[in-house]
Amino acid sequence: MNFRSLVSVAALTLAGVAAAGAAQARDQIRIVGSSTVYPFTTAVAEQFGRSGAGKAPVVESTGTGGGMKLFCAGVGTDHPDATNASRRIKKSEFDDCQKNGVADIIELKVGFDGLTVANSKSGPDFNLSKEQLFLALAKEVPGADGKLVANPYKNWSDIDKALPNEKIEVLGPPPTSGTRDSFLELVMEPGAEKILADLKKSDAKAFAAAWKTIREDGAYIDAGENDNLIVQKLDANPKAVGIFGYSFLEENAAKIKGAKIDGVTPDFDTIADGKYSVSRPLFVYFKKQHIGVVPGLDKFIGEYVSEKALGEDGYLSRKGLVPLPADQLTQVRADVEAQKPLSADAGL
Amino acid sequence: MTDIAAPPPGARRFGLSSDEAQARLRRRHAAEARFRAYGIGAIALAAIFLVVLISDVVVKAMPAFTEYRLTMTVTPTLEQVSSDGTTDPQALRSGDYDAVLRAGLQELFPQVTTRALRRKLNNDLLSSGAAMTLRDRVLADPAVIGQPVTIEALFDDAADLYLKGLMTGRRESAGQGQAQVTLDGEDVVLTSSAPDFARALAEVKESLREEAAADRREAARLTAAAADVSGDQREALQRRIADLEGEAAAAEARAAAADAPERLTADLPSKLVFINGGIVKLTEISASEARGTVLVPLANTDAVAAGRWDILTLTQPEANRRLDDQVVAWLEDLKQRGMVASHFASRFFTSGDSREPEQAGILGALIGSALTMLVTLVLCLPIGVGAAVYLEEFAPKNRLTDLIEVNINNLAAVPSIVFGLLGLAMFLNFFGLPRSAPLVGGLVLALLVLPTIIIASRAALKSVPPSIREAALGIGASHQQAVFHHVLPLAMPGIMTGTIIGMAHALGETAPLLLIGMVAFIVDVPGSITDAATALPVQIYLWSDLPEPLFQAKTAAAILVLLAFLFIMNGLAILLRRRFERRW
Repeated sequence: MNFRSLVSVAALTLAGVAAAGAAQARDQIRIVGSSTVYPFTTAVAEQFGRSGAGKAPVVESTGTGGGMKLFCAGVGTDHPDATNASRRIKKSEFDDCQKNGVADIIELKVGFDGLTVANSKSGPDFNLSKEQLFLALAKEVPGADGKLVANPYKNWSDIDKALPNEKIEVLGPPPTSGTRDSFLELVMEPGAEKILADLKKSDAKAFAAAWKTIREDGAYIDAGENDNLIVQKLDANPKAVGIFGYSFLEENAAKIKGAKIDGVTPDFDTIADGKYSVSRPLFVYFKKQHIGVVPGLDKFIGEYVSEKALGEDGYLSRKGLVPLPADQLTQVRADVEAQKPLSADAGL
Repeated sequence: MTDIAAPPPGARRFGLSSDEAQARLRRRHAAEARFRAYGIGAIALAAIFLVVLISDVVVKAMPAFTEYRLTMTVTPTLEQVSSDGTTDPQALRSGDYDAVLRAGLQELFPQVTTRALRRKLNNDLLSSGAAMTLRDRVLADPAVIGQPVTIEALFDDAADLYLKGLMTGRRESAGQGQAQVTLDGEDVVLTSSAPDFARALAEVKESLREEAAADRREAARLTAAAADVSGDQREALQRRIADLEGEAAAAEARAAAADAPERLTADLPSKLVFINGGIVKLTEISASEARGTVLVPLANTDAVAAGRWDILTLTQPEANRRLDDQVVAWLEDLKQRGMVASHFASRFFTSGDSREPEQAGILGALIGSALTMLVTLVLCLPIGVGAAVYLEEFAPKNRLTDLIEVNINNLAAVPSIVFGLLGLAMFLNFFGLPRSAPLVGGLVLALLVLPTIIIASRAALKSVPPSIREAALGIGASHQQAVFHHVLPLAMPGIMTGTIIGMAHALGETAPLLLIGMVAFIVDVPGSITDAATALPVQIYLWSDLPEPLFQAKTAAAILVLLAFLFIMNGLAILLRRRFERRW
């Protein structure tokens, strides 16, 4: 019976576990954070590894909030060196960082991600305003007397006759997603502001609840974090509309088309120059204290802001990132290369 | 005797030959037949689902198993490939191999001179992996520097998709008449002695007709809607309707004028003409002639006989494609020169992850999964079996052991993400083990699998007949000897089955791995259990979320690899079980 040998192997493994428990120096950069920035940071990480400057960094996809938590947990090789974020760092997160000794944070604004509302090529053309999207997707909308009632709209044409006479069927990200947060802030809030201006003045809390709560009667369908799945479902169902990042629209231009929002079609140029308003900046945050401790971190930052990565024709723009305008990029590059830390009064 | 034949008073009579009895019998037989049919039906349904599922995955995975490569000859010079002018391997590693490839492409298409076109040629055709192929070649044999080297350069993913026919439909038709070529400034004018261009024109008109019909449908819908509204809204609607009707009417008018020439814009299917060794993209067609721009230069402007020239229609309009007509023309030209070939994509099995879909491989995740499973097995098999043996054979039956048993059963039902949280708190934060390591993944999954193994092992031990145990004890074996020499070997097949179910469960887990950092992009293939690694199901999840279409194929291929891994694991278990199997 080989039971004895199995026991000894197990004992050896446990001994190995104990030995590895001693903290070890790290020769590999570790990055956590948003799944939206993940496709871009991984591309830089791979290029960095190829260039022979060091081992390719490990990039985890944990979501923006989860990444911030890990990032701000402390300084030292047990903690990640950088985090991806699909929104700016919050004041509370910044304070958390400070409290845990992460004093100097370098902020790198990478570019923009447009959020698109799209449907199948064989479906009708949509030209939506943010108010219409709010009316279509909010759980409660103003009724005839101006009071909030459960959303009565079944078809797009119930909201506005100019919209298609199709059932409202929107496939979008689940509440855990950063994309959903962005959609709420970029579309639902401005849409609600115009419709519920009085409520905003009288009861800010009720107003926030109104734009933050998406209807749950089947018109809005949580389609999971996977944007490809949404694209496939849109292709199969020409009546449905989906919400996802611009890079998916670009890659699948043969199958789906983007809806105009407030009269602007989402494309590379309109997102870059800010005409298309439903776009959000993407960030990567670095720990200044880790530069010089984790080998290659400064070179990695250099690779990220280099012209061949972030430039107008850089490889990141080919991956679907909408780059910063030239003057902003120059500023960002200068700040990052000078390792200028984010200050508490940066308007977070 | 007659007493027996006479039924006791009050008893029911059961005749076997009466009609009632026959009917009862038939009903019972029918019920049994129905039950069997249900069983067969259930199995057939499950089999159909399985076949549909697997064949769907296999069909989707096919594009990932082949790749197109360009066989090209380049001449790497020392200045290009060495950063300091020596053939020191370190210097050769950081050389500019892209420059060598750029020179090679320039040689293939010497007519490409403008900056914009050259950038397209350099960026859209070849994968960045091609430079790696060349680098490896030069590193393996520095003597090739300065010599012409033939390499097989990998195409970029979009070019690869086009060559696989997954980007656009292609319709090729040979020219029916003799074609004349005339140069007109930058443009080329083509005429044919047969109605080739009239047919092409008719196709364009058909596309226009479809476009007009779509506009009309939209306009009709809006007209119906406009009836119900008034004021500004109505006006806006009517403007939109008028626009649509105008567009539709214009398109219809163009379609109706059968002989009127047409301009081919980017939202109509593209037409490329292959003639005199060059490629012309048609921009304007009339019934008798076509005008176009040259994408690949023509060797001469001689007349061409019928059947020696072709018209290629790309059904997906240029505006909807990632590759424009210029790049398509280059690809078609390379194909005609016989420099493009499809190969088995062995790199899928020999390389780690990559952000370039054509270069991404499964090996990193496969090794990561194997290492994780190894740690899991080594930990949970001895501990699980030991716990089961003690609880089943040695432990006294009391409150405490009852409590332990209940808790083990409960543990088997705990959601896997909870084990991830435990792993994060214990192994990473308390013991300070490295993040993303198969070691920690294996530890967490071992916790997940332990209850399953303990429960299965106890059941297997219980099912060994007491006679075996009693016989061993009867001839003087100690309790321990009886268990380890006789009971445990007989229980081994059951224990193996439980283990394999547990391991298969662990192999497919992603949720606990998320918290310990194994859901990550890792380029390097892990070499030990403390290196950063990911696992097969995680790789599937990560790839499925990327926008490039080729990653969808890779996702399906990774699923097949995961299934194969599972089959091999199960096969091994069956093999081991056979060896241990004993009968009594």
